[in-house]
Amino acid sequence: MTTDDEGRPGGTPASGGPDRAPRTPAAPAPGTPAPSAPPPDAVTCRGLRYAFGETRAVDGVDLAVRPGEVFGLLGPNGAGKTTAIRCITTLLPVPEGMVRVFGHDASRERMAVRRLLGYVPQQLSADAGLTGRENVALFARVFDVARRERAARVGQALEAVGLADAAGRLAKTYSGGMIRRLELAQALVSAPRLLMLDEPTIGLDPIARTSVWEHINAVRAATGMTVLVTTHYMDEADQYCDRVALMHHGRIRALGTPDELRAALSARRRAARNPAPPTTAPSPGAPATSPAPSSSAPSRPPETAPTLEDVFRDVAGSGLDEQSGDFRDVRSTRRTANRVG
Amino acid sequence: MSEAPAAPQTESAEPATATDRLDLLLVPPRARPGWQVLPARVVAMCVVELQKLRHDRTELYTRAVQPALWLLIFGETFTHIKAIPTGGIPYIDFLAPGIIAQSAMFIAIFYGIMIIWERDAGILTKLLVTPTPRSALIAGKSFAAGVKALIQAVVVIVIAALLGVAMTWNPLRLLAVAVAVVLGSAFFSCLSMTIAGIVLTRDRLMGIGQAITMPLFFASNALYPVAVMPGWLQAVSKVNPLSYQVDALRGLLLGTHAHLALDFTVLTLAAAAGIAAAASLLGRLAR
Ligand SMILES: Nc1ncnc2c1ncn2[C@@H]1O[C@H](COP(=O)(O)OP(=O)(O)O)[C@@H](O)[C@H]1O
Ligand SMILES: [Mg+2]
Repeated sequence: MTTDDEGRPGGTPASGGPDRAPRTPAAPAPGTPAPSAPPPDAVTCRGLRYAFGETRAVDGVDLAVRPGEVFGLLGPNGAGKTTAIRCITTLLPVPEGMVRVFGHDASRERMAVRRLLGYVPQQLSADAGLTGRENVALFARVFDVARRERAARVGQALEAVGLADAAGRLAKTYSGGMIRRLELAQALVSAPRLLMLDEPTIGLDPIARTSVWEHINAVRAATGMTVLVTTHYMDEADQYCDRVALMHHGRIRALGTPDELRAALSARRRAARNPAPPTTAPSPGAPATSPAPSSSAPSRPPETAPTLEDVFRDVAGSGLDEQSGDFRDVRSTRRTANRVG
Repeated sequence: MSEAPAAPQTESAEPATATDRLDLLLVPPRARPGWQVLPARVVAMCVVELQKLRHDRTELYTRAVQPALWLLIFGETFTHIKAIPTGGIPYIDFLAPGIIAQSAMFIAIFYGIMIIWERDAGILTKLLVTPTPRSALIAGKSFAAGVKALIQAVVVIVIAALLGVAMTWNPLRLLAVAVAVVLGSAFFSCLSMTIAGIVLTRDRLMGIGQAITMPLFFASNALYPVAVMPGWLQAVSKVNPLSYQVDALRGLLLGTHAHLALDFTVLTLAAAAGIAAAASLLGRLAR
């Protein structure tokens, strides 16, 4: 671990860089008070830690997801994304004060937090022995949807993910992409304010991936809900997330909009290429990660626009390829991929 | 592409979905008053169980084979040999309530194995992120196991009736039979969910489940009256909830002498204790 980890999270300047237009929600969340008091963040993590025995899966994460944004938690297998998500969903016990969801403490107010959440876990979690409609109706029931409203609400959720026609079929006849959309409908039926998606597109073919994302985006545009999504596909995050956090070995190594992160890397590369002698030597903020050739030979073309993956390699340092995911992670990912088919 | 303010997601964000009719998905449902949560979750889990049975009845048929064989072969044979003192009634009559309880118990113990499968598949995980207290989730699951066992009990009762077992058709008594079957199944499914919370994997639970079902069956009054057992087996039978269930079923269905008040008290307490134990270990399964 290099010393420059500490200053990095959240350290990227909020201004500057070609800002993409923030996609403001079409409809304000119902019940939001007048803009006098700033609404609480959708998710706040303060020093979030979780260890499985010796494995420190999440190792001090500070994070604030703003209401209405699509926030991406990125990282290779084993980075700790799923563990962080499970802490936020109240599945894993965390000490008081570590995690808040719209101001509710995840350890003291579990039920209140759960009512605000729609959760799609990493595995394909629809019940294969039920029809699509029955799968969604179950979640309407356990979220206390009144009976007279249930059928209509279930219908709208299925419609929103484009499964109205397949709703009467058993889920075991669905393709991987359809199951993912069904799970999305299950999460949407309770009108969550925060949608938590753990690797929603893992193992899907490109067309199904796009379709899943389009439905996420359409629903988000219509409802104004906040989306917290994890993925290890950097291109997806770049395309669909307002802000991303790059996670590695349980820590967040960089945080900002994709453009900010890329711009910051370009700046660092420029700085590394034309070293301004007095500043570079003592500053720990200037990374010397990629074995930069001696600055006398500008071998690299002047402006290769970096991708998010380049940013990731830069902030994660060396060892990314060897250490990304142990056997267990790879196996579970494969299993999911197999079930997706 | 990156430097340009291109935002390709804005045009792709309008797929061919009807997002205009989402008004209900904007309003969170109102929470039920606290006392309604438990019954509502129990109903939800039982509905799921019935829906699954409606879609796939094969299990219903395959599970009818074993009790039919027990009654047909074991029951008929021992009725003729008259080796077991049953207090004047034909042995097959004596056996029928025991087989009802046994087949219901097998279903219930298998149900705990299904919980681990649902955990691995993420189904349970997702239910744990709903406003459902763990005890309500376990209670729902255990009564769903009871519903499944109840259907099994109906099948066995029909088989027994076809084999000429003289049982009551008094609706009140049959209702009490249903309650006894559901309570017993709730206990045994919680027993297996409790073990699931301890051993955590399906293979281990499968092994343990197979190891305990037969001893629970033999160490009860399902096959023979307590009086003919050796002392140590009588002691085991006394703490085996299956014995109380069988006693209740026999008393209700055949009209033999039974300790109904004691039986139902023990079954209720056992089910409640089972739900508490399984709920306290559910967190381990979720981790
Ligand atoms: N239930 C578990 N028991 C033990 N170790 C676990 C468990 N879940 C995850 N881990 C470990 O925690 C680390 C982070 O895993 P995870 O949060 O699943 O990462 P990601 O979702 O980013 O792939 C990994 O090293 C993984 O092996
Ligand atoms: Mg994961």
